[in-house]
Amino acid sequence: MNRERLYRWIFTALAFSSLFFLVGITVVLFKEGLPVFREVGLFEFLGGKSWYPTYEPPDFGIRPLILGSLWVTVGALFVCVPLGVGTALYLNELAGPRQRAVLKPIVEVLAGIPSIVYGFFGMVLVAPFIQDLFNIPVGQTAFTGSLLLGVMATPTVASIAEDSLSFVPKSFREASFAVGANRWQTLTRVVIPAAGSGISTAIILGMSRAVGETMTVLMVCGGAAVIPDSFFEPVRPMTATIAAEMGETVMGSAHYHALFAIGLILFLITLVFNVVAEIISRRYRLKLGLGR
Amino acid sequence: MDKQAFPHTARRPQSAGRQSPAQSPQKTDDTRDMAVRIRVRNIDFYYGNSRALEKIDMDIYKNRVTAMIGPSGCGKSTFIRLFNRMNDLIPHTRLDGLIELDNRDIYSSGADVVDIRRRVGMVFQKPNPFPKSIFENVAYGLEVNGIRNKKLKEARVVDSLKKAALWEEIKDRIHESALRLSGGQQQRLCIARCLAVDPEVILFDEPCASLDPISTRKIEELLLELKESYTIVIVTHNMQQAARVSDYTAFLYMGKLIEFGETQKLFTVPRNKMTEEYLTGKFG
Repeated sequence: MNRERLYRWIFTALAFSSLFFLVGITVVLFKEGLPVFREVGLFEFLGGKSWYPTYEPPDFGIRPLILGSLWVTVGALFVCVPLGVGTALYLNELAGPRQRAVLKPIVEVLAGIPSIVYGFFGMVLVAPFIQDLFNIPVGQTAFTGSLLLGVMATPTVASIAEDSLSFVPKSFREASFAVGANRWQTLTRVVIPAAGSGISTAIILGMSRAVGETMTVLMVCGGAAVIPDSFFEPVRPMTATIAAEMGETVMGSAHYHALFAIGLILFLITLVFNVVAEIISRRYRLKLGLGR
Repeated sequence: MDKQAFPHTARRPQSAGRQSPAQSPQKTDDTRDMAVRIRVRNIDFYYGNSRALEKIDMDIYKNRVTAMIGPSGCGKSTFIRLFNRMNDLIPHTRLDGLIELDNRDIYSSGADVVDIRRRVGMVFQKPNPFPKSIFENVAYGLEVNGIRNKKLKEARVVDSLKKAALWEEIKDRIHESALRLSGGQQQRLCIARCLAVDPEVILFDEPCASLDPISTRKIEELLLELKESYTIVIVTHNMQQAARVSDYTAFLYMGKLIEFGETQKLFTVPRNKMTEEYLTGKFG
């Protein structure tokens, strides 16, 4: 009896540990990040055009960094949506069971490759290739980062989108075929709309993966903290900024707090993505009558 | 050919199947104008290596209700799903033998599956409306068949909902989600969706299996109205239902057609011992 209670207690503690970490991280981010707003105002911080944290006096405007993240994330969408959704549709609609049994694990292995490997690959192979191809001064650009992030986010998108397609009840397809719809009509007018919010969830989680990715963008985006004019210029996403600068700041300095504030903003962005994805997928399950 | 399974073959005029497909002829003389809508000859059907249907010969008569009865797993659903080639969706299946719709082989290499499915509609066991509005559900079949004209589409949707005896209940909310309807209403919506594309034959695969008695009665009344203009095939577990709604009944057991004949005769004086035992509840 006593042992029962002990086990119960242990597992409860384990289950709640995630909550503990989440609260802990949030508290630290706020505590270390907020002081920067005493130094510079919130609007100046978010909207300021220049990021010169080591100048005297320093500039803590993170607009170039936010735009850097935004550009590579949006760019990544152009890669991971067609690739990911296309893969999911192929796996679900066209691939036979045997092909699916081989392809799906392969897609998932792609998700397991460490980001440093993508970064290395991008730096050594992709960036020089892009530099030559477009005849630009440096190959490390927003475009390069977008390509790599897109490929990295593809397994996430493909895997979740495929799940949501396979949740579409067989009866919907049968009903569609039974009134004389062909395969393409069934796919575009019944299956994809029914799986639509699941696919949106997949895309949002893919975005969330792209926006939080650090190592790759640090290695292939060029690292210039300027507001980009085109995809073929270097950028410095928020994550790369933190990774590059954290080691060189003085603890407790304004720069240190500014980096935490960037972390806080990143955290809020991904939190919003995840909450939106959760809301959409819940509504989707209700819509298909799958319950919660 | 097994004549035992064909009590009507002898009386059917040879040219009957080629008659013009006149709709809603209120024939009183059953025996003379028995036009065949679907002709099944010597079919075997396999799932992988296991044979689900064995040597079946049968005719489905135009503007009549034909019921398929038999214990679970006897192959009755599998059988009717051959009439609109729904089993094509299941991998590793094989059909031997001939199935004709209006005298044309629906499994020939030149057969147009889309056209066959439009002409042979189907209503499923569990109501399966799309997660779209009531209107969109009924309009779907029209749209995929290329009807774009908005006026025509609306007219056909309303007409189909009326024929399916649903219009009066939902006319104020046809743009609401179909999933808010009750089970019985959803099933009538599925019937309307099927009627919209103007089929000749409607296959009902246990349409009342998930419905309450009142909804069931509504569907049965609807079936009797629909047979004026359509050829109907219904699979049912419920023998009373078969007796109430059908003109012809086929009894299947373990993939074989045991007996087929006029419902009244089959239920009162079954010729086969097994049919009798099934009807009297000795097995099933």
